[in-house]
Formats: sequence, C-alpha cells, structure tokens
Amino acid sequence: MPEDQPDSSAPSSSSPEPTGGAQNIGYWKANLRLIIILLSIWAFVSFGCSVLWIEWLNKFKIGTLPLGFWIAQQGAIYVFVILIFVYALAMDHYDRKFNVKE
Amino acid sequence: MMNQLFFLAQAESGLSSTVWTYIFVTITFMVYLYIGWSSRVKESSEFYVAGHGVPAIANGAATAADWMSAASFLGMAGLISTMGSDGSIFLLGWTGGYVLLALLLAPYLRKFGQYTVPDFVAKRYYSETARVVAALCAVFVSLTYVAGQMQGVGIVFARFLEVSKTTGVIIGMVIVGFFAVLGGMKGITWTQVVQYGVLIVAFLIPTIWFTGMMTDTSIPQVGFITGDVHTAVNLIHKDLGFDEYTKPFASRSKMNVLLMMFALMAGTAGLPHVIVRFYTVSSVRAARYSAGWALLFIALLYTAAPVLSLFARSNILETLHKAEIVGYETLDGNRYDKLDQLKADAPTAYEDKDFIYKLEAIVVDEKTKKEVHVPVDWINSWQANKLIVFDDTDGDGVIQMNKVPKTKERPSGYQDVPYFHNDILVIAAPEAGGMPNWVIAIVATGGLAAALSTAAGLLLVISSSMAHDLYIHFFEPDAPEHRRILVGRIMIIFGIIIAGYFGIVEIGFIAEVVAIAFGLAAASFFPVIFLGIFDKRCNREGAVSGMIVGILFTAGYILACETHDILPFMFKEPLMEPWLKGLGALEGYEFFKGGISPQGIGTIGCLLNFIVAIVVSRLTPAPPEEIQQLVEDVRIPRGSHDPEAHFDETDAGADNP
Repeated sequence: MPEDQPDSSAPSSSSPEPTGGAQNIGYWKANLRLIIILLSIWAFVSFGCSVLWIEWLNKFKIGTLPLGFWIAQQGAIYVFVILIFVYALAMDHYDRKFNVKE
Repeated sequence: MMNQLFFLAQAESGLSSTVWTYIFVTITFMVYLYIGWSSRVKESSEFYVAGHGVPAIANGAATAADWMSAASFLGMAGLISTMGSDGSIFLLGWTGGYVLLALLLAPYLRKFGQYTVPDFVAKRYYSETARVVAALCAVFVSLTYVAGQMQGVGIVFARFLEVSKTTGVIIGMVIVGFFAVLGGMKGITWTQVVQYGVLIVAFLIPTIWFTGMMTDTSIPQVGFITGDVHTAVNLIHKDLGFDEYTKPFASRSKMNVLLMMFALMAGTAGLPHVIVRFYTVSSVRAARYSAGWALLFIALLYTAAPVLSLFARSNILETLHKAEIVGYETLDGNRYDKLDQLKADAPTAYEDKDFIYKLEAIVVDEKTKKEVHVPVDWINSWQANKLIVFDDTDGDGVIQMNKVPKTKERPSGYQDVPYFHNDILVIAAPEAGGMPNWVIAIVATGGLAAALSTAAGLLLVISSSMAHDLYIHFFEPDAPEHRRILVGRIMIIFGIIIAGYFGIVEIGFIAEVVAIAFGLAAASFFPVIFLGIFDKRCNREGAVSGMIVGILFTAGYILACETHDILPFMFKEPLMEPWLKGLGALEGYEFFKGGISPQGIGTIGCLLNFIVAIVVSRLTPAPPEEIQQLVEDVRIPRGSHDPEAHFDETDAGADNP
C-alpha cells in the first residue's frame, strides 16, 4: 500500500513538517478553525437571517419578494451548498499542506 | 364498468392519466428491477456498503434519492403551502443538516470505515452495550421514518388505482419489500441514482409549467422573485381571514421554529441511513465532495418546492373558493341536482358520505372579460378516497374557503372544506393546473420513486441493525455469509409490517411523522458520533447514558403529547400538555406560544444527550489508550485505504472529482 509509507513521495508541500505527530496536530487545528468559521456562517443565515431577524429583513425586497422570506425559502439553501464545497476544497489544500493526503 | 366509461370519455383527448401512470410506473419498475437483478449480491459487504466503491457524484445522487423521500416530494410542498413562510423550517432543517454532516461527521466516519453506525459506536466506545443501544435507536428511528414513506406510497396508489388509502399502503408494502429484499446496498445505490433522475424530472416539470403559466419566465427560482403571485395569494389570504402567506410565525412560534429547525438539522446529520451512504464512497476526500453533490442535487428540488407550493396555493384557492356546486354524484355514477334527492334515493351513500360534489369554478376569461364556468374535475377522485371532503355548511350552493377554527371534525380549517389532505398537493397540482395527462402520470411515478428509494435505504438500516448488530453479534457470531443475508432479509419483512401499521394508523401528515423520526435521531446519534470524533475524553459510560437519556426523553415527550394519535384504540386524549404552553398563552410571551411542540423536542433531547455524555464521562475513567489512538487516527485522512476498511482496489480510479 503506497499510501501508507510515510514521506515516500511527498508532494511539493509548501511547509515541510518535522514529525507526523506535529503535522497531525497542525492539520487538526486548521480543520477546527475552518469548521468554526463555516458553521458561524451556517448559523447566521439559518437561525439568524431566516428566523431571528426575518421580520426586519422582510422590510426589504428582492425582486418583488420580501427579503427575509426569500432567504428562508431559497437563499440560505444556496449558501449551504457553497459552504460544503468550500470546505471540501479548503480541506484538499490542507491535506496537501500538512501531508496527510490519502 | 366505471373504468370503461372513464376510458371512453377520455378517448378523444388522448390517453388518461391512469393509463399514462401504468405505462410510466411499469417502465421505471422494470428498470429498477433490471438494475437490482444485475447487481444482486452474494457478499455481506456488498449487501451493506456496496463494497466501498461508489464514485462521489453517483453517491451524491444516490444520497439525494435516499434522502428525498415521500416527505420531501409529496409532503413538504403541501405543508409549505398551508404554513406559508414557516415552511422554511422543513426547507432549511433538511438542507442545513448536510452542512453539519459534511463538516462534522461524514469524512471521519468514512475514515473509520465499518458497516453500520452501531459498529462505529461499539468500537469507539469499546462496548457491546453501546452497540445494542445504538442498534435499537437505529431501528426505532428508521421505523418511524419508513412509516411516513408508506403513507406516501399509499396516497399515490389510492389516487391511481382508485382504492382506499389502506389498500394503497398494503400494495406499497409488497412492492417496497420486494425491491429491498432483492437488492441490498449495491443494487440500491445504482437504483437510487436512476430514481433521483426520475424524481427530479417529475418534480421540475409541473413546477416549470406553473412558473411559465403564472410568471414571465420558466425558471421557477427566478419566477419566484420576479412574479407577483405572492401578492395575489396574500390578498386572498386576507379576504379569507388567514394570515398573509409571507408573514413569518403565523403557524408556529419563534421558539418552535428554532427548535424544530435544529432538530431536523441534527437529525439529518444523525440519520443512520444517510450516514451509511458515506461508508460506500472510496475515500475521505470523496466523502466530503459526495456530501456537496448530494446537497446540490437536493437543492434542485428544495428551491423549486416553495415555488410550487406558492403557485399551487394560488391556483387551488382561486378555483375552489366561490366555486358553484352543480350537482352530486354517487360513487356508482348516479348524478343528482339536489342533495335531498340523493338522500332519498341512496340513503346509505348519503350517510357514509360515499358521494362527491361536482363543482364549477367561475373564471374571468382574459380576452372577453366575461365570467365563464369551468368544471373542476381534479377533485373528483380525491373525494372518492375521502382525501378531500366538501360540506356546504350554509347550504348556499357555493364553496367558501373562509378560515374557521380547526376542530377534530374540521381539521383543515376551511369553512366548506372540512378535510383537505395536505399530502395530495404535489400529485393534485398538475391536474388542478390543467396540465396534460402525461405530466400528471410523471409526477405520480416520481412520488413512487421518492418513497421507494428512501424506504429501501431505511429498511436496509433496520435489517443491518437487527441482523448484523444484534442477531449475528449475540446469537450466531460465526454464521456463514448466506445465513447473514437471509437473516437480513427476514428483518426487512419484519420492518415493513410494523411500518405499514403506522402508515395506516396515520399519526400525522407525512412530513410531520418524518419530523418526529428526525427528533429521535437528533437526540440519539448526533451527539454521540460528534463527541466520538471531537471529544477524545468521551467514554463508554458517557455515550451509553447520553444516548439512553436522549432517546427516552424525546420519545417519552412525543408519546405523552400525542398518545391519542399513536394509540388511537387505547387513548382518546393526550397524556400531557406541551411544556411552556401556559407561559406562551401570557401577554408578551408570544415567543413561547403553544409550548414546545413534539416535533421540536429533539433539540432539547440532543442538548440533554450532550450534557449527560460530557458530565458522565468526566466523572468516570478515561477511555483506554488504543481508543484515544483510534480517535487521533480517524481525524486524519491518511490510511483510509487499508484492508480492514474493506476498500476495493479496482475502484480506486473511480474516485472523483
């Protein structure tokens, strides 16, 4: 299993890490930071814009629809899709950077 | 006789919708059968996780079909249509959960690489007790969910085979069982990819049709914001005494919207039949993308659903309100002008309400500006199944859709339409909108695809939990392959029978029943899996007590508040009023109005599970060294291809994008 041999053919990594353990800790911290940022956006559009502040947002319009209503029934869903792909792409980057790729 | 007349009448205008439905359903079922047969399985790894070799996009489509059930396809649009703005609970709850799944669970579970969710729980919490508790939770959650699907299948068959809903559910049980027993996960995965195609086409065609008819564009998501349908609906709502369609918190308090939305989200992330999908992809990376593809495919339907809800709402209110009653017809085809004549001629039919109202809508012709009478025919078959019931209370010969208080006799809340089953909306919409018969048939086929694909995935979880996690593990650990698969199949049949019962008893509308299943999943699996990955210190004692407290609390609350619906033959009244109901009734506390609804209690159960698990695990010994090492290992993608992860080498190249 070539994947299991450590540092056999390490891809052109930008930051060479000393040991597997330190790499893994750095990878995990970067992952947690990313998760927190993305989940904040998730909570902001779902619980924030679509529930807590929906009445205020409804004073504005998108096209002919009240804005809060549109976010709750359309906009937030688009944001969710984007969040997941951003996470997948960013993690591809971290997988390479910390050399933990499968 | 009746059917022959029906066909004759339709002969001029092409094939009837029933004939079209037979054609489409037969074709699609043959395709499903072919796939199921050609990928039938002999090994249990293929039966449960399709040999871990499914590409990310295909897995995304299969997850989407697995996920989008009768609740999404039939139930949700109907509920949004009556709930208006608050329908976003379902839209956001069921899509937002994928963000949790993709970021917090799916990649790590794939790295872990086992067959079932109880497998993960058992290994991570080094406890067979934890396995049993998790397996029982999985069975419980999945059964509740299948019950909702059975109801959906029942409605589709009731309409097109012209049978009662109970018979429809029984026919559905036979068909679902047949497909699930045959295929296992490998058959299911590829069948579900096809079913996704069928259901999305079936949903988008009528939605696009409506959009083109009622706005200047054909793209539903664009027509939604550029059209003026919502203003028209808001106006009718005002006339009839309902809250405006776009007004938030008309049907549920702010607190319940928050609680329900989170329960659906955490439930989505914790549903065993969705999680198990991520065991089938080839790598951790594929698991991340797969969740993205799944949500993208789901979003196609979920952003179209509120558009269909709004347009169908407008259409139905405009045709039914002020429609004139032009006659009454018994089910064997005798027509009467006056209700008294029918009563004198066919007293039993009158007593049993076995007759239908013939209505004509009054529509203003665009060109001549004159009022014309148009017969409303789409309601006829629904009346025969009693899924729509009319009752001209004031005897003025005109249907009034004014708002009246909801009671047991008039659950719909309309004056002259005491009963209107929400779940028929999507199936009825094309007919109500005057679309051709083949569109109506495609929608019915899509509804079946949605219910079948989800029911199959759920039954597989029930079967794997019962057979793999409980039976094989405790009674016959060295059972040969063929015996394992046999036990799995017997368990599927067992699951169908129980789910069928709840499909017939009908606890609520599809989406509401399903929402309860999510509450249970949110209160049992989500916290335990999350802590298993993110909290190294969480141990066996914490996880087991957390799961037990979470699911018992949630199930207990639901049962106590809905006793009269779940066990109608034993109880007439619920055992308990929802909590905080008293507080919500006070002036200035509208936030709590109506108390904590059973559909939102999963959030509280989830919170309790978290608290109990964390506190108990801090008071008891830390997990052993090798378990802590396992958690470290699950957190990094490297090494997911090792042999015990059941990775299929030949499919390594299929990993994309």
